[in-house]
Amino acid sequence: MTPARPKTISEKILSTKSGTDACAGDIVVCDVDLVIGTDASAPMSIAYFEKMGGHKLFDPARVVFALDHYAPPSTPKTAAFHDQVRAFARRTDARLHEAGEGISHQIVAEQGHVLPGDLVIGADSHTVTCGALNAFATGVGSSDLAAAMITGRVWLRVPETIEVVLTGARPRGVAAKDVALALVGELGADGANYQTLEIGGPSVSAFTLEERFVFSNLAVESGAKAAIFAADNALDSYLTGRTTEKRAPVLADQGATYARTVTIDLSALGPRVAIPHSPNDVVPIEQIIGTPVQMVFLGTCTGGRVPDFHEALDVLERSGGRVSPGVQLIVTPASREVLLRLIEDGTLAKLTAMGAVITTPGCGACCGTSGAIPGDGMTVLSTANRNFKARMGNASASIYLASPAACAAAAATGSITDPRTIG
Amino acid sequence: MAISLRGRARVLGDDINTDYIIASTRKRDTLDEQVLKRYLLETVDPNFAASVQPGDLIVAGRNFGCGSAMEVAATVILAAGIKAVLAESFNRTFYRNAVNNGLIPIECDTNAIDESHRLSIEVTDGQITVRDLNSGRFLPAHRIPPLMAEILDAGGLVQFVREHGLPK
Repeated sequence: MTPARPKTISEKILSTKSGTDACAGDIVVCDVDLVIGTDASAPMSIAYFEKMGGHKLFDPARVVFALDHYAPPSTPKTAAFHDQVRAFARRTDARLHEAGEGISHQIVAEQGHVLPGDLVIGADSHTVTCGALNAFATGVGSSDLAAAMITGRVWLRVPETIEVVLTGARPRGVAAKDVALALVGELGADGANYQTLEIGGPSVSAFTLEERFVFSNLAVESGAKAAIFAADNALDSYLTGRTTEKRAPVLADQGATYARTVTIDLSALGPRVAIPHSPNDVVPIEQIIGTPVQMVFLGTCTGGRVPDFHEALDVLERSGGRVSPGVQLIVTPASREVLLRLIEDGTLAKLTAMGAVITTPGCGACCGTSGAIPGDGMTVLSTANRNFKARMGNASASIYLASPAACAAAAATGSITDPRTIG
Repeated sequence: MAISLRGRARVLGDDINTDYIIASTRKRDTLDEQVLKRYLLETVDPNFAASVQPGDLIVAGRNFGCGSAMEVAATVILAAGIKAVLAESFNRTFYRNAVNNGLIPIECDTNAIDESHRLSIEVTDGQITVRDLNSGRFLPAHRIPPLMAEILDAGGLVQFVREHGLPK
């Protein structure tokens, strides 16, 4: 018998899910483990579902909707979208996460609905976030979602894989966001299009699961179809208490074929900022120190988890304990679980006392659909993942992306400031 | 099935993301493409939507449709009467969304196509021929992969799933 050809993590997961010997470049039809829609994508999915002749879901336990983009609704139309999704979920027995529960991919991760080796599709490009859980998680549109809701299947082209190797000692004051921005800056806006990233290397253990979500999340800004970490002790600890399901981690085979290898030496990195209007225009923070900032946004599926707010609070406390006059500080936890933790440990009380505005868990101000909209000509520093022109709802605003610490430093000082120089 | 198109090139640049095609804030107010088409590409060019004529063809650079996976980015282009997008490359989610709705994504060298050039396009079983009628040049285009060509032939994913499901 010929020994099996060594495979990447993507090839192994898609082989299992398609029941074929899947190689990069093949087009395969796969069984999906989880199908995720949001209030922004599900209304169109429901329309496609009906046009496709759908009557029931392939497996109601595997279909999830989260009301996250318009949370809470600020217009009658968005309230109607919510009612439409609620009614559909009731009729089909799908799982529904109400407005205020948080961002879809954050909820499914923290509630243990994504396991190593799973194939997850979501009608939201940042579904890739779940790759940190050793799953193949990818974004699709509303029609593919509808087809999967009916059939339990999706067709996928098996992607080539870029191996991302993290090496070197991680310097103090370098956030996962800094490294992830450096990575998508180097790859460019389409450097990983149609491809998967497998993120590992000797220094991967320097990053917690919360931090790995940041890498998987931002990878889509280089077009990546998925961004997968191998399973290790950190993943095991994260899943413990979230799920009792048996875990079947997937590792790449020795000798698997990679399209290329990108090595990131952590020891050479410092804080990074993406400048307007592209997440791939990434510069060292030193180049833009002193840029005045009028709005700071802490939140989203990139930077809205518990450690992100702890890091931000720490910087604010060390720099005088207040928000600079003339700066709006918007704080949006990624989920209700995050919100509750921040209430319990006092973080929110402290941020509020400093002048922060706390908003409903969800996508918040990220794409201008709920929450604060910047004023004309404003400069925003944000922990989010996209800074396209008009992304936050005002085409004349300039959006910069950085780590929670760098955002907090700007909130404290009123201008872009190297967080390593605080305190 | 063969498709023949003739139309006027409307030239855009690289990395046109789906928020630029149609802003999330517009989509929040309605999913009616007949309304949304008034705001097509407004962030890139506020006059674009008003100047579009049915039959126009979008001609872009690299990575067309990057960013959000929102499908309305494909359906709004169709609603404006544009039946194909030519680009050096497409973001994967946009490519899928286009095919699933019967909008033809054509990967070809678009560098030499100037604004308002007349283009002729023939699609037969995924094989695409593009000709710039102003310069007379044929522009080599990638073929549409087999399964996607079948979906496009069916008129989109709705018809495809109705007829075939998604067999393994």
